[in-house]
Amino acid sequence: MKKFLTIALVSIILSSSVHAGTDGENNLSKKNPGQVKDCFETVNRVTFKFNETLDGAVFEPIAKTYRLLPSEIRVGTSNALDNISSLITIPNNVLQGDIKEAGINIGRFAINTTVGIFGIFDVAKKIGFSEYKKEDYGQTLAVWGVGAGCYLVLPILGPSTVRDTAGSFANALGGDPYYNISTNGNNEYLTTSQYMTAKILTGINFRAQNIDSLDNLEKNSIDFYASVRSLYLQDRKQKISNSNSALEIIYDADWEEIDFE
Amino acid sequence: MKKFLTFTTFLIIIIFNISKVYSIEADIFVQSTVNRASEALNNKFSKEEKINKLKDIARETVDIKGIGFYTLGAYRKNINDYQIKKYNTLFEQYFLKSFASRLAEYSNPEIEVTSKKKLDQNYTMVSSILVATEQRPKVKIDWRVYTKNLENPLIRDLIIEGLSLVRTQKEEFSSIIQSNNGDINALFFILEDFIK
Repeated sequence: MKKFLTIALVSIILSSSVHAGTDGENNLSKKNPGQVKDCFETVNRVTFKFNETLDGAVFEPIAKTYRLLPSEIRVGTSNALDNISSLITIPNNVLQGDIKEAGINIGRFAINTTVGIFGIFDVAKKIGFSEYKKEDYGQTLAVWGVGAGCYLVLPILGPSTVRDTAGSFANALGGDPYYNISTNGNNEYLTTSQYMTAKILTGINFRAQNIDSLDNLEKNSIDFYASVRSLYLQDRKQKISNSNSALEIIYDADWEEIDFE
Repeated sequence: MKKFLTFTTFLIIIIFNISKVYSIEADIFVQSTVNRASEALNNKFSKEEKINKLKDIARETVDIKGIGFYTLGAYRKNINDYQIKKYNTLFEQYFLKSFASRLAEYSNPEIEVTSKKKLDQNYTMVSSILVATEQRPKVKIDWRVYTKNLENPLIRDLIIEGLSLVRTQKEEFSSIIQSNNGDINALFFILEDFIK
């Protein structure tokens, strides 16, 4: 039980920080009924500060070291981790009713796991598969109409919402086939430590890819907490809508008002 | 009357030709701006020179005043003329410092404009790709260009991988004002501190 809880906690934390959010709303105005409220802002800011300190002491140095590895190794690692993540994406494609995308991702997983040697090489992309889009249970809940709830900053894991956090629990409750096989499955090839390694590597890989942009953002923000919150909520909104376009940003009423003033 | 008609026709032709000559396509405008910024970020310049060049480019190509108003959100309706004037001045300095400082960290970024889409009479969205390097994957950047005046298009937003920079800025400012009970002077104080 203790082992399960540890894994569940780490899984939630890592998946939250990697996915950078789950929400459908990003307008924090009190006038907007569809807003994501920062109900626990005081506590969130304290947790955010704690995470920043921890990041500076532990995660960022590791990510910087990781970045010194040859790009071929980093790309291969990133590809393999994406391949593993499709085990969560595929059931979520199905749960969201996107059967076509589920089929594509099953094909992608089969090709990359075999021809691509456990996903190290993204062969599917080279033969013309569409760009891979991760899905998670937080996104599925949003598609089903579940509201985002309050904005949260989780210790170690970072920004989230009540809905995203609940979605992350699904991974440890049977929603992540890789977890089920490695931890609950009785086999000699996959172990809990391998599962944990994959999760930790996912976090390090994400952090390494965003070192410059996060440093830059922090340096030029007058309220870093608010900037991260805004970016997280925008990111989740885009992922839930599976849209590459910024149409909602484009048709922003505030711009229209300015044009008429 | 005949003379008047000839003159009018001549005038219309002249005006039409002038507007044709000086109107700039949004994608060409963005690519040209990007090329200028890349040149400014060339390593032959010192960091200070880079920053000054980037600020000049921003003054010419970005609608700083418009972004400032947008960023203030609904609060702009509740402040007086003096505060508006003060805000405009502070915002321009803040924007230029922040913008130049963000970009000056990069050296020779390679951006390729891929397409454009006219949204309405006011806006054109230009799509581009920041080419991948060994340190990071490729990045999709959309440019929201205000094209009401075709002779003088202006950038109003950068949307990086779907994340709007000016919206983030707006929510950052809003957070500061809200946490100070709606007092815009708190924002002024923080902006002044940043500009120093």
